[in-house]
Amino acid sequence: MSKVIIDKEICKGCGLCISACPKEALSISKIQNSKGFFHAEVACPEKCTSCTFCGLVCPDIAIKIYK
Amino acid sequence: MKKIFGKPECMTDKPFHYCPGCGHGIVHRLIGEVVDELGIQDRTIGVPPVGCAVVMYHYFNIDMTEAPHGRTPAVATGIKRVHPDKVVFTYQGDGDLAAIGTGEIIHAANRGERITTIFVNNAVYGMTGGQMAPTTLVGQKTTTTPLGRDARLIGYPIKISEMLAITDGSIYIERVAVNKPANIIKAKKAIKKAFQIQLEDRGFSMVEVLSQCPVNLGLTSQKAAEWIDNTLMKTYPLGVIKDKSGE
Repeated sequence: MSKVIIDKEICKGCGLCISACPKEALSISKIQNSKGFFHAEVACPEKCTSCTFCGLVCPDIAIKIYK
Repeated sequence: MKKIFGKPECMTDKPFHYCPGCGHGIVHRLIGEVVDELGIQDRTIGVPPVGCAVVMYHYFNIDMTEAPHGRTPAVATGIKRVHPDKVVFTYQGDGDLAAIGTGEIIHAANRGERITTIFVNNAVYGMTGGQMAPTTLVGQKTTTTPLGRDARLIGYPIKISEMLAITDGSIYIERVAVNKPANIIKAKKAIKKAFQIQLEDRGFSMVEVLSQCPVNLGLTSQKAAEWIDNTLMKTYPLGVIKDKSGE
């Protein structure tokens, strides 16, 4: 199970989490969600250290983080 | 694995209506986390503004009442005086607090009302389409200042926090930002302290939050966050502007 779970229907693809991630574990998906946004996704879950930076900057609280 | 981060319990599951990259959602979450941590969900009353955050009551599972444009501190004053045991906070943008509601906030602070104000400053009118706000920077382009704000013609960005700091009724005023993780952690501490000052019945407390409005600034989310660091903070430096909580 991934340590970071992004709710792709809530995510608006602003990309703030991607620039906040110190491990570059996140990226923008090539698939749109039902609202037409290219949402963020966890591209490299093995790099994640559960630092919570992505969740802190997420304006839509679309990210749940486990440790 | 244990969940270490998610939506605060006092918030509803409804997704925000804000634009991608908007700072309002971050400020909402910080308020939700502070309300959860202080355990005051059942006795908190919020007063949302007129502006982008006008339907803030959809997102919180706490009592809220809407106020006319800029009159949020007046409505909060009434609620707090009738229910002194409740925790009353107002949530205002720069168009609400620094423009039409300037009179209300100055007198609420001067009276030392036991309320907490969260002042979200993004240097532009958001909901109405990116017009110049009183907090717009000199030279900043908006839809009503297409050549940049001309100080000779329209004046200078207003510094409400510094103005309120000279009133005797205000106890704690701090300016924070929500553009990057380090600043967001500091912002949460400031919001928590502002609520605690109200719980201690000390006086007026306010946190000014520098927030990004990528759509109306005409920038990407990342560039808008950098713009706060590189440009907005030169006019509105972060830090504690007034703290009489230790006296």
